[in-house]
Order: sequence, then structure tokens, then C-alpha cells
Amino acid sequence: MKTDGRHVWLLLPALLILGAFFVYPLFGILLRSVYKNGYTLESYRQVVRTAVYLTVLGKTFEMAALVTVSALLLGYPLAYVLATVRPRLARLLVVIVVLPFLTSIIVRTYAWMVLLGSNGVVNQYLVALGLTTAPLKLLYNRAGVVVGMTYVLLPFMVLTLASVMRGIDPALVRAAHSLGASRWEAFRRVFLPLSAPGIAGGTLLVFILSLGFFITPALMGGPSDIMIAMLIEREVEFTLNWSFASTLAVILLAVTLVGFAVYYRVMRLERLFEGLG
Amino acid sequence: MAAPEGVRAGAEVRLQGLTKLFGPVVAVRDVSMTVPAGSFFTLLGPSGSGKTTTLMMIAGFVHPTHGVIAIDGSDVAALPPQKRDLGMVFQSYAVFPHLTVAKNVAFPLEIRHVPAAERRHRVGEALELVRLRGYEQRLPRQLSGGEQQRVALARALVFRPRVLLMDEPLGALDKKLRAHMQLELKAIQRQLHVTVIYVTHDQDEALTMSDRVAVMRDGRTEQIGAPAELYESPVSRFVADFVGDSNFVDAVVVSASADGRAVVRAEGGLELRGTARAPLQPGQRVVAAVRPEKIVAHEPLGADLNRCKGVVQQVVYAGDATRYSVAVGAAGTLIVKLQNRLASRPLAPGDLVALAWDPGDTRVFSHED
Repeated sequence: MKTDGRHVWLLLPALLILGAFFVYPLFGILLRSVYKNGYTLESYRQVVRTAVYLTVLGKTFEMAALVTVSALLLGYPLAYVLATVRPRLARLLVVIVVLPFLTSIIVRTYAWMVLLGSNGVVNQYLVALGLTTAPLKLLYNRAGVVVGMTYVLLPFMVLTLASVMRGIDPALVRAAHSLGASRWEAFRRVFLPLSAPGIAGGTLLVFILSLGFFITPALMGGPSDIMIAMLIEREVEFTLNWSFASTLAVILLAVTLVGFAVYYRVMRLERLFEGLG
Repeated sequence: MAAPEGVRAGAEVRLQGLTKLFGPVVAVRDVSMTVPAGSFFTLLGPSGSGKTTTLMMIAGFVHPTHGVIAIDGSDVAALPPQKRDLGMVFQSYAVFPHLTVAKNVAFPLEIRHVPAAERRHRVGEALELVRLRGYEQRLPRQLSGGEQQRVALARALVFRPRVLLMDEPLGALDKKLRAHMQLELKAIQRQLHVTVIYVTHDQDEALTMSDRVAVMRDGRTEQIGAPAELYESPVSRFVADFVGDSNFVDAVVVSASADGRAVVRAEGGLELRGTARAPLQPGQRVVAAVRPEKIVAHEPLGADLNRCKGVVQQVVYAGDATRYSVAVGAAGTLIVKLQNRLASRPLAPGDLVALAWDPGDTRVFSHED
């Protein structure tokens, strides 16, 4: 494709909006994190000194990883179906996948709380079917948060995966069969590696979105399932310590960026291996 | 990969009453044919004629509604594609984009657990065969279309399949490269004695490469025969039109004999002699067909010819030959192809010209044909 500079001005509106509402405030946060009655690194020292903040940061990443893995496991087969069925059915499935976005996240989270509560539908069925004698604790713990967050983030995973899978020429899988590959071999040697960019994109998207999650863990989690966004909210809402909230936000951003850089390197390396393999 | 050691001669493929319905749509209707072992067999037809569906049924990607597919005498209907041991080359090449050339070609051998040393040897041989030595470590996106097609071919041949199926493999290549690949394909097929079933809509390709051709139309086989047979004795107007070019003249049978020979009269009284596949009835409406290059001009040959006079209307110069369209009165217009030989005198629009051709080159089709 030809890329002369003539159409660069088309970027201008987006750049202006990004600059005014994203980059500028980001600098504000950066500044505030080191300014409290004069420039100081006191907030950062406090974070390092207090074990709880690092623990929460660790838990946040752990939760994001759990949610990412479960979204991938649930999303991959769904995306596969979406990408391989007849176009008309595929459109219907996309609508079904996207439908939850049309409702508020709070409504959806409360709905899950009704379903998962100790007298909720899920537990009633489990007991009725004799799979468990007493209702299981599905809410206000890590399981609840993972279920709730996976549910909210699943469409991002599915749509990212499906868009890559749709680009895979079905003749490639047929070719693999004609060369003697069983269904599993054709999937493992051809479809799976070709869908890798979708896996990379989907997991990255879901992971990063998970890191900043607030509503679902706040409503569905227990006292030990605090994520960093909840700490930031508390500093803003209750202690009114905006400087400290900014510090936490900057740390989250920095750690996320480092994670992103590492991930990017790993994925790039993997591509390289494919070529040499 | 020379023929003698280790190469199994191609298998015979027999189709019997093969039919495929997609819902109410009949894609393939009662197709029966025998592809002789080691031959180059082409399914020729326009799009929608069922040729690709037939190939996909042989490959195992489409399940026949009825009928038998037998390879070397054994029915393969119940086998999935991966158990049929057939090589296949796709129109879109279908070279695995994430694997190097060597890895692509090694794929069927890895699936078959061929030991690494032998695998390397055979990949080398296969790449030699398609003249891609030295390309082992390249990725498909670094190759041209023609090179990718060679990779696909090497990959389909490396495991020594009994039959090689090809679905319009040269469709995406430019004309020169296509002609070159046709010759190479044919040479490789001869060298390996593999049975090739080749699908194309390009009649030139079918005529130049094939031992036998099945012309397909609306899911049926219209005619099966050697290229010269299809060209010289087409059984229907469709075949005469689809394979090569033909002039068609609407006519009525004047007299007919039991061996199919007939005299027909076109609009305006032009009488022509020709041959039909089956005896005709006087008074029957028919179409007489003659190929443009069978017609001569200005040459007072023997008396036993179809003759007519006409006026040159259009002249299309094509280097080796010139095509004239000649109005022959109420019978219509004939396309005449004359070689541009040294002595030939070019015709110009408006010239009066006497045309003649052999009755043996005139096919007469009834409207049921």
C-alpha cells in the first residue's frame, strides 16, 4: 500500500480527543502522584512500605490471569463455531454474543448475584440433582469474581478470536486432511498455529481490561478479593487522598506496560520460531 | 523420485451412478466414468456444471447422495479424506502459511511417521521434481504464485499417492506461466505414472494436457473421450461450443440416411451435408456446426464439398491467423479462420468470397442433443 503523507490530517480529530481527554489527564495523574504540598515521593514510599498494596497488586494480576485463561478456554470453541458456521447463523451468533453489551454492567452483575446466591437458581439445581447436599458458596469469593468477570469479558475474547479465525482459509484445513491429517492433527498443526494471533490479541485485551476491573469484584468478591481499582476508588471516594490514588494508578499503568512489553516480545519471538521451525 | 523405485503406479478410479443433492438442488446427477490407471483425466465444464463437486466427492470432502466411488476396485465411500490416500492440489494453493517450504512438503510424511532421515531425503526429491531446490527455508509469503503452486504439488506427491486430484490449479496464474506449468505437470505425471484427475473450465488446458476428458454440464457428463474425439466429433451443440469454437447454422433436415449422414437446408436455401450421431427424420429442425478453421476460401478443391458465397464483414487479425466474419445471406454469419500464409491474399470488408468445407467436418445436432 502507498503511504504518502497526504491523508495524515485525517488522524487529527482522533489525536485531539486522545490528547485532550487521555494524554493531558494522564500527565495530571503523574504529576499528582508526586505532588502533595510540594514535590515528594512519599506516596511511592508508602506503597512499597505497606505490604498490603503490593499484595493487592499481586492479587489483581492473579485474578486477571485467571479470568483471561477461563475466557480463552470458554471463548475459543465458541469463536471456532462462530467462524466456521454458515454466514447467516454466524451473524445471529454474533448478535447473541454482543447482546449483553446492550445492558448495564451493574444490572448484569446483580443478575449473576441472584443466580449464584446460596438460594440462587444454580444452587437449587445442584441440590435438586443431588450433586451437592448443602448449597455451595459461589458468591463473595474468588469463584464469584472469576465467573462474573469472565462473563463480562468473554465477548472481547470471542470477537477477537473469531475475526482472526475467519481469515483462515478453510482450504488449509482440507489440505491437511487430504495429506492424511486426522481432525485433531489438522487442528493442532494448522488451525491452532494460524489462530495464534487471535489468541495473542484476545488474551492481551481481556487481561488488560481485567486489571482495571472494579464493579464486578466489588459486588461479587469477598473481603480478600480486593483488586487495585477498588483501592484507588477508596482513596478517591473516602480518604480523599487523590495524590495516593494517583500513585496507585501510575503503578498499575507502569506494571501493565511492562507486562505488555514482555508479552509483545514473547509473541514476536514465537513468530520467529514458527518461521525457523 | 524417479519412477522405478518405490513409486506405486496410479490407481484406477471408477465412478458409478454418482449423485449429489444439496437440498432440492441437483449438483451432480448420475455420473459414471472410469479413469484408467496412470492416465491424465480432466473434468471440463463451466462453473456450476458439477465438476468440482465430483472431485470433492472423490476426495471425500463431499458425501455422495448415491453412487459408488471405487479406487482400484474398492469402494471408498465410507472413508474420510485422510484415509483415502489421495494427493490434492487446491485452486487457492492452500500452502500452509506458517510453515517453511520444507516443512510444508514434509507435512504428509510427518503425519505418516516417516523417520527423519528418509523424510529429508524424500522432501529433497520432491522439491527437485518441481525444481524448488534451494527454497527449503523460505516461507510461502516469500514465494510467487507459481512457486507456491509447485510447493503444493510437491506436498501432494511426496507421500506417493495413487491418485492426484487437482482443482483448477493453474487458474490464478498468468498465461505464460500457465502454459509452462501445463507442460511441467504433464511431464511429472508421465514420469510418476500417477493417475491425475484434473478439474478445469479452460478447454485449451483440457485439450493439451489430458488423455481423456469428461465434459460436464448441469451435473451430468455430456461426453467422455480423448481430446481429438471431443474436438472432431462432439456429441452435442454444447460440447461443440464449449470445446473450441464453432459456427452454428439453424436448418431443417431434407434427407437423411440410417448411418446419420444427412442433407439439411438452412434459411435462404443453403444446403449443407453433414453427420449426426443418430439417424434424423426429414423435416426435423437441427443445428449444423462447423469449426472456423475447417472452412477454406478461394480454393477450388474437389466437388464433394459444402459450398456457399458470402460477403466479408469483419476482419480480426491475430498474428498467425485472421478471423473473418462472413455474411452468408439468410443462413446467418460464419466465422472463418484462415492461416496467414506467405501466399495468402488478405480479404477486406466488402469482399465477395466463396467458402467451402468438407461435409465430414459438419456435425448436425438435433435439438435434443
